[in-house]
Amino acid sequence: MDKIWIIFKRELASYFITPVAYVFIVIFLFLTGIFTFSIGGFFERGQASLESFFGFHPWLYLFLIPAITMRLWSEERKSGTIELLLTLPISMQHAVIGKFMAAWVFAGIALVLTFPVWITVNYLGDPDNGVIAAGYIGSLLMAGGFLAIGSFISSLTKNQVIAFVLSVVVSLLFVLAGFGVVLDAFSGWAPQSVIDAISRMSFLTNFSSIGKGIIDMRSIIYFASLIFCFLFANAIMVELKKAE
Amino acid sequence: MIEIRKLRKQFGGFVAVDEVSFTVSKGEVLGFLGPNGAGKSTTMKMVAGFLNPTSGTAAICGHDIQTDPIEAKKQLGYLPEGAPAYSDMSPYSFLNFIAQIRGYRGAELRRRVDEAIGKTSLESHLYVPIENLSKGFKRRVGLAQAILHDPPVLIMDEPTDGLDPNQKFEVRNLIKEMSKEKAILLSTHILEEVEAVCTRAIIIAAGKVIADGTPAELQARDVNHNAVFVRIKGSAAGEARKRLSQIPTVSSVEEIGTPNGSVSYRIAPRKGESILAAVSQFARDEKIELEEIREETGRLDEVFRSLTKDATAKAGRET
Repeated sequence: MDKIWIIFKRELASYFITPVAYVFIVIFLFLTGIFTFSIGGFFERGQASLESFFGFHPWLYLFLIPAITMRLWSEERKSGTIELLLTLPISMQHAVIGKFMAAWVFAGIALVLTFPVWITVNYLGDPDNGVIAAGYIGSLLMAGGFLAIGSFISSLTKNQVIAFVLSVVVSLLFVLAGFGVVLDAFSGWAPQSVIDAISRMSFLTNFSSIGKGIIDMRSIIYFASLIFCFLFANAIMVELKKAE
Repeated sequence: MIEIRKLRKQFGGFVAVDEVSFTVSKGEVLGFLGPNGAGKSTTMKMVAGFLNPTSGTAAICGHDIQTDPIEAKKQLGYLPEGAPAYSDMSPYSFLNFIAQIRGYRGAELRRRVDEAIGKTSLESHLYVPIENLSKGFKRRVGLAQAILHDPPVLIMDEPTDGLDPNQKFEVRNLIKEMSKEKAILLSTHILEEVEAVCTRAIIIAAGKVIADGTPAELQARDVNHNAVFVRIKGSAAGEARKRLSQIPTVSSVEEIGTPNGSVSYRIAPRKGESILAAVSQFARDEKIELEEIREETGRLDEVFRSLTKDATAKAGRET
């Protein structure tokens, strides 16, 4: 636990040493603003809710989260620091979890900084803050899912650009899992139960159910097990590919 | 304290390290020599617990690196090849991170970090991002990181690579200072380094150990070991040569050059004999005027060349 905390601190600090963190946060806030107020039609809806705000999160995360995760492992391997890290008296889980948590908390910081949107909606009307809180929790969980996928893919390659592009593609499959684009590839040959299972894996479906204010246990378990599985695969990949 | 048992590493069909076994005990500085690609770094990576061996294993202070890796790594200071470090951090925050991972807190942490900084003379560049440091400073950050917890076992992959002669001298002194209390394994390309700091040297080629001994023992394998080189004025040379070859412990006398009207000879001893005293005594007795006389102790680079050339050629034939 102690070791995870130390790795977590170093990783989180490393975001803020370079301009990466600031660029990311500014762009995230800027885009959430544009999507919520102009494209999402926040004012035209005439409702005191943040549906237009949360509705765009999956699409923002799709491109912004891989930008956080692309360097997680590929940079360690490229610069050789992985040899230093993995010969310190820590275990692989410590490293994988510490790095993941740092990325997650970083995404959380960006998310928390969207609070002016919440203040705005409370100033203008009388929204259900319980629903908004659920939306934030759901968004954070979904960010964790994107991050775990990105972290895993970053362990596959030394090249950050490849890590970014592959993460976007794989994340897109998960976002769209419940939709025709993905399901059509399976319908016709896969049994209905498989298709149902795939459609339940959609980020959009699981996120929107939380966003409506219903914290569905199934969605929480879904994101939690997704994170667990990808981090587990991540640890195995690092072990296999560390020396290449 | 370092125990390496039949360590083997295979990448696909290529055997990088082939059943290497040796031990390094406390007080020993073992120089690990070999041509590029001989398997030095691969061996060290396996001993440090970074690479998993195909077969065989290694133990640090009795802790097996595969079954008890965390305990083994606690006893180990490791400087990987190229001294990697998080380049966006400063040496100070980097060393603090290492000290925390090593379990130090508070005053003890500050003491350890300060000590490592002092030993590697990093004071002037503590707050410069590591990516902006010169190669020499980067190497010292790597060293500081490896010795921070005063480990009983130290493994260093080319610790003086990229340092200027003064820095090399300092690092070698540092290694010598630490050597009494530690078991040290270091790889190097620089043969003078072996003579300067190592108590023992191992040469590997094509993944196999081909020589193991003190630097002096390895030097003794040179064909020129204990040979005596003399220079004699040209007029007296021919006669002198004949008489020199009559010394009982001399096996051969060979002309090797004629600088400035003099003649140089290489006088080879019979196996295991030392002939410097005999030759100089003989010259005095016979009134042969020597312009120069010196004994060759043997040169490590010659031994290295002849040993590794054979081994590499043999490995080439096998594949």
